[in-house]
Amino acid sequence: MGNGLDPASPLLEVRGISKSFGAVRALQDVDFTLRAGEIHALLGENGAGKSTLIKVVTGVFPRDAGIVRLGGEDVAPRSAKAALSAGIATVYQEVNLLPNLSVAQNLFLDRQPMRFGIVREGEMRRRAKALLADFGLDIDVAAPLGDYSVAIQHVTAIARAVDLSARVLILDEPTASLDRHEVEILFRIMRQLAKRGIGIVFVSHFLDQVYEISDRITVLRNGRLVGEREIASLPRIELIRMMLGRELAETTSARAAASERPPREVCASFENYGKASYVAPFNLELRHGEVVGLAGLLGSGRTETARLVFGAERADRGQAKVEGAAVRLQSPRDGVRHGFGYCPEERKTDGIVAELTVRENIVLALQAKRGLHRPLSRREQDEIGRRYIRMLDIRPPDPERPVGLLSGGNQQKVLLARWLATSPRLLVLDEPTRGIDVGAHAEIIRLIRELCDDGLSLLVISSELDEIVTYSDRVVVLRDRAHVEELAGEAIDVGNILAAIAADSVAVALEAHT
Amino acid sequence: MKGLPPVLITAIVLVLGFAACAVQFPNIASTRVVGNLLTDNAFLGIVAVGMTFVIISGGIDLSVGSVIGFTTVFVALVIERWGVPPLAAFLAILVLSAAFGAAMGAVIHVFDLPPFIVTLAGMFLARGASFLLSTESVPITAPIYSTVSDFALRMPGGGRLTAIAIIMLVIVIGGALLLHLTRFGANVYALGGSRTTASLMGVAVGKMTIKIYMLSSLLAGIAGIVFSFYTSAGYSLSAVGVELDSIAAVVIGGTLLTGGQGSVIGTFLGVLIQGMIQTYINFDGTLSSWWTKIATGVLLFAFIALQQGLVALARRPVTKSAGVAS
Ligand SMILES: Nc1ncnc2c1ncn2[C@@H]1O[C@H](COP(=O)(O)OP(=O)(O)OP(=O)(O)O)[C@@H](O)[C@H]1O
Ligand SMILES: [Mg+2]
Repeated sequence: MGNGLDPASPLLEVRGISKSFGAVRALQDVDFTLRAGEIHALLGENGAGKSTLIKVVTGVFPRDAGIVRLGGEDVAPRSAKAALSAGIATVYQEVNLLPNLSVAQNLFLDRQPMRFGIVREGEMRRRAKALLADFGLDIDVAAPLGDYSVAIQHVTAIARAVDLSARVLILDEPTASLDRHEVEILFRIMRQLAKRGIGIVFVSHFLDQVYEISDRITVLRNGRLVGEREIASLPRIELIRMMLGRELAETTSARAAASERPPREVCASFENYGKASYVAPFNLELRHGEVVGLAGLLGSGRTETARLVFGAERADRGQAKVEGAAVRLQSPRDGVRHGFGYCPEERKTDGIVAELTVRENIVLALQAKRGLHRPLSRREQDEIGRRYIRMLDIRPPDPERPVGLLSGGNQQKVLLARWLATSPRLLVLDEPTRGIDVGAHAEIIRLIRELCDDGLSLLVISSELDEIVTYSDRVVVLRDRAHVEELAGEAIDVGNILAAIAADSVAVALEAHT
Repeated sequence: MKGLPPVLITAIVLVLGFAACAVQFPNIASTRVVGNLLTDNAFLGIVAVGMTFVIISGGIDLSVGSVIGFTTVFVALVIERWGVPPLAAFLAILVLSAAFGAAMGAVIHVFDLPPFIVTLAGMFLARGASFLLSTESVPITAPIYSTVSDFALRMPGGGRLTAIAIIMLVIVIGGALLLHLTRFGANVYALGGSRTTASLMGVAVGKMTIKIYMLSSLLAGIAGIVFSFYTSAGYSLSAVGVELDSIAAVVIGGTLLTGGQGSVIGTFLGVLIQGMIQTYINFDGTLSSWWTKIATGVLLFAFIALQQGLVALARRPVTKSAGVAS
């Protein structure tokens, strides 16, 4: 190894950790061991206690019992700052950094380069640029972070943690909003850091990524430790059984069934629809009982298309029709009025009302649609809440719990339930399976299919090409804010989608050579 | 870009307003009037700097007016009745007011209480304490008072830049440097962005909260001393409502009442705008001085509406495109 570190020595040892939130026992007697220089995946279903374990270790939550040892010494950080100075850098699942500060300030908050008590702004920007360049980003670091997309904000958060060059780096679902290319860059950097002897904890619901990057895994279920394994000797099916505590009901990736359905009537259509410097004009037909997938890199115009379709953004040209009749989509209200639903990608800022209960969050859109003069009775609300909690397996199954106290993945399910409850004719889902565990993932894909059979029309954005291929009847590929290709039937496969996405970079490369 | 930054709008309002006044009363455009304006509003400018920090960090400090009042009474009594040397009295009151602010900050942080409530309690407490000390106006006759009052830098055109105006200008400049150039300043914005996130990013939120309220109270103490120079007396009813004037100056200066954005320079311009309205009314001679309040109210409305508009604009996801480094 050359760095003098014994690769097998435990760097971070967690023993017998317990943590309860009132009556909820989030962690019970959990052990966890991280070695120097390893990448260790922490896995489990939504609500298993992964984020809680991380927060207990870094002192964000006080622990009820147990010890944490770092490099052989007992540590008991009482705040994120204390954990940082002890050598544990963390990207928390819900951290979006501070949108009101510049990118550079976010990267160097509380550790800016100083001279005579004054922040060296120029030096800080230079370092920020260099740091982000490692992640393949070339942006104006003096601009407020909030001006950038979620993905860029996330890369910034990761870059910050990586740059803290601590002994332990904890990443809670870092790849949830990154595209393939960015994930590759992150993995390259993680490997470099591990080589330097840093221990990395990696939480993810993407099993492909887990197998690609990690050395060992620890699985939690319902707040308890299930086991710790070497990844090399652990078949995927076994891993899933550890996580779920049961077999995963088969969700075939065969897509045959979907394409064999007879075409139904058009639900909504968009002709030459677009908005200057937002998305180039496109034609799009959405039929009842059909899933249309939107594929493309981040920033290719997927979310922009979804927002235009829903009315969250106003088109400046083209014609929209619903059930054959021309309509104007000027605002989300118009979208809702015409029976559209939209599950946005940024659930924290665009969707969830953390203080309201699960039930209240679920009935929110339905109530808005009915108007305030026709309130849903408490009985109806209870009934709807319970139905969707069961349908989507929201945990804990308590309709009266504030949504903010649910785990990240379960919040995502609540958001989905909200729109399903309005029984829309067209539902737009932006990254519906992001942050959702394998069990629920299969559940949601099955649900998408069922909804289609009931005549719902779906427009789904996803970075997971396998997933898109599984459920789409048609796939629209976007590139540089324009619709470049539409695949249907047999033509839908990962290879073809990638080819359509990549055609551009080939063209650019060719151009550069002439 | 997203249109004019709020500070620039404040500056334009000030310049246009001043020009309009000068057209009606040409005498207004003289260093004499400007000098007086700075002197008359010195104490307000000083507290408003502290208020800017508090509001940017997402808080509010309602106690500053009472702290000013308490300071004037305390200083007057200690110097006149007990014969303590003025400088020692100043030092004592500054330590006292800083400790008072620190205590409010600690209560806000430890018990996780809304700053509005805690500083409201602080407001009653400080005002009540000043009544306990004395209910009458206590004149101050110490020689240092006349020395300081007489001191002034002559400006071209016959204007006088008095000592207390200079103190205010120094504090405004110092405050601006502290806010925009130091780590402390960056953390103030961080707190205003989101306390939870700032804390997860390693900012010592508790210490910051304490320091911010300490700074605000300390500046209120300094403003109190300045106020006692201005009136040469200590009176428990002085500076009633100044907390509201200073909040108005901060908001007119383009600082977001919800925190996270703003500047000291903007606040200074806000103070000048209020002073300008007052001056106009004095020149006019027929208008009741309450028109100052009405004009300030109208301006406040305009600025808050403007901010809401800007916030709504900023909420729209104007996603910047990212280049890819090669
Ligand atoms: N602040 C809190 N107050 C009350 N309960 C909480 C709180 N934070 C988490 N919980 C509960 O603790 C349990 C574990 O949640 P945690 O966030 O650790 O799950 P997770 O494994 O990270 O899931 P996900 O994959 O969905 O992010 C859940 O039942 C959750 O509802
Ligand atoms: Mg989590």
